[in-house]
Amino acid sequence: MAKLSVREVWKSFGAHDVLRGLSLDIEEGQMVCLIGASGSGKSTLLRCLNLLEPVDDGAILLDGLDITDPDLDPQPIRQRIGMVFQSFNLFPHMTALENVLLAPRRIRRKRREELLAEAEALFFRFGLADRMGHYPDQLSGGQQQRVAIIRALAMRPEVMLFDEVTSALDPALVGEVLDVLRALKAEGMTMVLATHEMAFAREAADKVCFLDEGRIAEEGPPSAMFGAPREGRTRAFLSRVL
Amino acid sequence: MANQATGSGGPPRAGRGPTRRELREARMRRRSLAIATLSTAIVLGLVVLLVPMAPGWDRVQKAFFNGEIFWKTLPGLLEAFLVDIMIFAWCAPMIAVLGLVIALARDARSPALFPLRLFGTIYNDVFRGVPVILVIYLVGFGIPGLGLPRPWNSPYIWGTVAVVLTYSAYVAEVYRTGIESIHESQRAAAISLGLSHWDVMAFVILPQAIRRVIPANMNLLIALQKDVALLSFIGPVELLRQAGVYKSLLANFTPYLGAALIFLAVTVPATRWVDRLIARQNAARS
Repeated sequence: MAKLSVREVWKSFGAHDVLRGLSLDIEEGQMVCLIGASGSGKSTLLRCLNLLEPVDDGAILLDGLDITDPDLDPQPIRQRIGMVFQSFNLFPHMTALENVLLAPRRIRRKRREELLAEAEALFFRFGLADRMGHYPDQLSGGQQQRVAIIRALAMRPEVMLFDEVTSALDPALVGEVLDVLRALKAEGMTMVLATHEMAFAREAADKVCFLDEGRIAEEGPPSAMFGAPREGRTRAFLSRVL
Repeated sequence: MANQATGSGGPPRAGRGPTRRELREARMRRRSLAIATLSTAIVLGLVVLLVPMAPGWDRVQKAFFNGEIFWKTLPGLLEAFLVDIMIFAWCAPMIAVLGLVIALARDARSPALFPLRLFGTIYNDVFRGVPVILVIYLVGFGIPGLGLPRPWNSPYIWGTVAVVLTYSAYVAEVYRTGIESIHESQRAAAISLGLSHWDVMAFVILPQAIRRVIPANMNLLIALQKDVALLSFIGPVELLRQAGVYKSLLANFTPYLGAALIFLAVTVPATRWVDRLIARQNAARS
């Protein structure tokens, strides 16, 4: 059974259909990269997976549980699915450490020392041990994004969603964030990325999905997607961005 | 030892005296200062020369600018001003809290809380639409008129209630602007962590929103500091009322001038302080 299964999902904003019956399976431990033009529905799909947006029709299953059931409390589901945003969205009035501790403190309700040790370990692991007491505006973009990833990881999610997490970064800072993604993949985290980093998708993804007009136009292993795309639309898109 | 290295070669710039630009800027500053002083002196000189030439000046001078009466009544006025400060001091925190409650009530989304939201909206419409003095009259005379026993008929209590009710409506609007000014992405990030609606508000939105509207709320506090004087209409002998007493007693308006100066002595520094606060906030955001 797939870890996450998207079944015929429809989502519109006003008269504009963004997702048009999109289906997708994500296996446990897989890194799935969503590629496609701006407006093709990548971000909307991620926001639906995290229940930030309710779907109009269709269903999303997490370990076989229909998380789009309108009667379901979305909070515990969101705790199982972490999300990282393009613009970091750190809380500017809190230090990096407070950003990371807020959700565990309010939700997991463990003792502070226990949570602190766990958070410090994450900061240490991603090379930010000396930045825990800094406020977001004292950090570089790459550092902020890594703190945002740590903040999501602190809830011990089963799936991580990344919404163009390197698009707002200086080219020189992209690498440090991609390194974090590689490390997470190596430890078996299930991940879904919307990305424009084709080289990274090619190197690290288990599956690449090309979104077009609210559906998956083509999907496959990166070697096939980048080496020999079957669809004309995929070829046209890749020739524009590569 | 502190590291005194200055990078690539040469002594530090700071040791070499003012630059051409700095000299020029200093010259310009001295010139601007001289012009400003001169033009101010001319305007003041004209006022001092021309106003006493008005036909009624003698009478006005005696009635409003009587130095002897001014100094005689000033201590009594200052003492009465303590009452204003007292009323202000207990009104301000109540307004801060009630304003926040109203703002949150108006933001309530769940249908079960609809009555709260409706109440918040009506409350705001009513108390922002009615002049303060009218609320003070209605509450200050109306409620003790129910025949409440002492001390529950005190004008201090009901005057306070009237002022708090009115100002909370304004402060609530300020809070709401602050809440709405926080970008949607902050809410999204907090919700995506699995935080509850209330936690998102309490730990992510409100701390940022309240900080952002501190200058706006300070402006309201300055206005409140003056409006406290309106309580004199229902009884408390505070500054304005005391000035009125002196006026009747001495048949002279100078005590009103004293009262005005006392209010200014507080509001002008407070206003300047808020201006600086706003300037600093703008600088921090740019």
